[in-house]
Amino acid sequence: MKTYVARRLLALIPVALVVATVAFVLIHLAPGDPASVIAGPDANADDVQRIERQLGLDAPFHVQLLRWYGRLLQGDLGESIFLRKPVTEAIVDRVEPTLLLTLFAMAVAVVIGVPAGVLSARFHNSATDQALMVFALVGVSIPNFLLGLLFILCFSVWLGWFPVAGYSPLEYGWMLTLRSLVLPAFALGLVQSALIARIARSSMLDVLREQYITAGRAKGLGERAVVYKHAFRNAMIPTITIIGISFAILISGAVVVETVFNIPGLGRLIISAVLRRDYPVIQGVVLCVAGVYMLINLAVDLSYLVIDPRVKYQ
Amino acid sequence: MSVLALPQPAAAPRRLPRWVSVFARRKIAVAGAVLMALVVAVGLLAPVISRSPTYMDVAARLSAPGSMYWFGTDDVGRDVFSRVVYGARLSLLVGSAVVLFSFVVGISCGMVAGYYRRLDNAVMRVMDGLMAFPAIVLAIALMASLGPSVLNVIIAIGVVYSPRVARVVRGSVLVIRETAYVEAARALGASDVSLIARHILPNCLSPVIVQGSFVFAAAVLTEAALSFLGVGVPPYVPSWGNILADGRLYIQQAPWLVLFPGAAIMLTILGLNLFGDGLRDLLDPKIRGLHTERQRAA
Repeated sequence: MKTYVARRLLALIPVALVVATVAFVLIHLAPGDPASVIAGPDANADDVQRIERQLGLDAPFHVQLLRWYGRLLQGDLGESIFLRKPVTEAIVDRVEPTLLLTLFAMAVAVVIGVPAGVLSARFHNSATDQALMVFALVGVSIPNFLLGLLFILCFSVWLGWFPVAGYSPLEYGWMLTLRSLVLPAFALGLVQSALIARIARSSMLDVLREQYITAGRAKGLGERAVVYKHAFRNAMIPTITIIGISFAILISGAVVVETVFNIPGLGRLIISAVLRRDYPVIQGVVLCVAGVYMLINLAVDLSYLVIDPRVKYQ
Repeated sequence: MSVLALPQPAAAPRRLPRWVSVFARRKIAVAGAVLMALVVAVGLLAPVISRSPTYMDVAARLSAPGSMYWFGTDDVGRDVFSRVVYGARLSLLVGSAVVLFSFVVGISCGMVAGYYRRLDNAVMRVMDGLMAFPAIVLAIALMASLGPSVLNVIIAIGVVYSPRVARVVRGSVLVIRETAYVEAARALGASDVSLIARHILPNCLSPVIVQGSFVFAAAVLTEAALSFLGVGVPPYVPSWGNILADGRLYIQQAPWLVLFPGAAIMLTILGLNLFGDGLRDLLDPKIRGLHTERQRAA
């Protein structure tokens, strides 16, 4: 078990190295000289030189790369060109709405997706099953930002139940925050619940075909005990994977949905940085999201140790 | 020789190829194929069935759907119907170009990683690194560097999805290279190139083709999302994402700017998903066997 954990941790190192390198290369992908691209067409030579110095672009490529690794190890993401503050500070300022939105959406996705999938499998080929799966199929076909727009149209413009857009920070009271996040969280979570339901259903169906389920029924266990105790726990293994992946998808989905609802989170930060060519911010947000993404995948892998004892013996 | 002579089965009437009948049996897959055919037809016939997507009838700004403008007009008086129709063209172009891109890059990398064990680690770690980024975030970051254009959108989305294809290919190659027929071919003196091209590649195509239909869907969605966010194709290009971005600003006065391109995206993705599921059933013998088994049980 210890070797399994150690192996998973060691495997993170090369991936992290590639991630850091890709984030570094981003700034050099732009056609032409990055400093003058960042400075814009109206900048004079002094501005370009200032930016070149500020970003360390005057050093040779490999020196820049090594410096970049060194700075990352110290947790230094550099300074934003337009916000005139450290990138880490800009990210910390914007992380609250994104995090809350992701967690809220995750709750929506799991609370709707898992029961829908399990019920579908238990009543396989029934009307309930078919209705749920049609719903899930439509669900995976709607992009989250479109669902968000439709929600605004329906619940804000026509029914007037929720604010059209905007975000109320936690400091003004959590009720207001929750209210401002209901529509975005459902827009984000419902799409994901469809995916979770599909996976939960198919893994339940696979497990219900196993011999130990037949054995359970043969020894006279009730259908409830078979489905909810024996099958459910085993079917949760692939489902946990997809829930972990969902969490990662939701973070990146939040980036898009924030624009729909005008929520000042990491998504707005990176989009405005792209429009202003504020590369340090782009690199910082990208690294930050990728880092979280990697940690979640690690957590998913390690969670098998708890759920599936078979992993320990590998 | 059997003593009992079984009655000769009647000669089967000429039938369609097996894959057509297997596919046609899945009504849902056929529905997906029909939806896709519809989108392709609309895309191809765009200049015939619609007006110019960039002509501005300023006097008719934000007019509601009617006999003159079927889907209404946008904030500068452009015909939404024409823009949605031309948007289908763009989505199809981006979808197929991304599939092509990710197949070329993904299959080459996957082949090299799966076949040459020494290169496996290096190639796949790079792929893992690229997959450690959430798709849309990496695409946004790449667009920031490349700049807004249709070609750059294709490149950015292609880079994002190639590692996913590579992983599928590598997985198949690892299995196929150990099979007896590959070993036999090697024993007969086949070169690496001929082994890969004639024996391994054709046998690992099925999962890749299935993956292709999902990459297509993901590419259409990602393009729409990028354009919606304002970092995709330039604003004057008719794209479903661009129309939705306008629609967000005028959602109170002009809901048709959201509803029509939204319906177009949904139907296209639904069609692709159904078609992809059908393809998977068709090409994956394991699942195909399962279906007949289930039918027998029923």
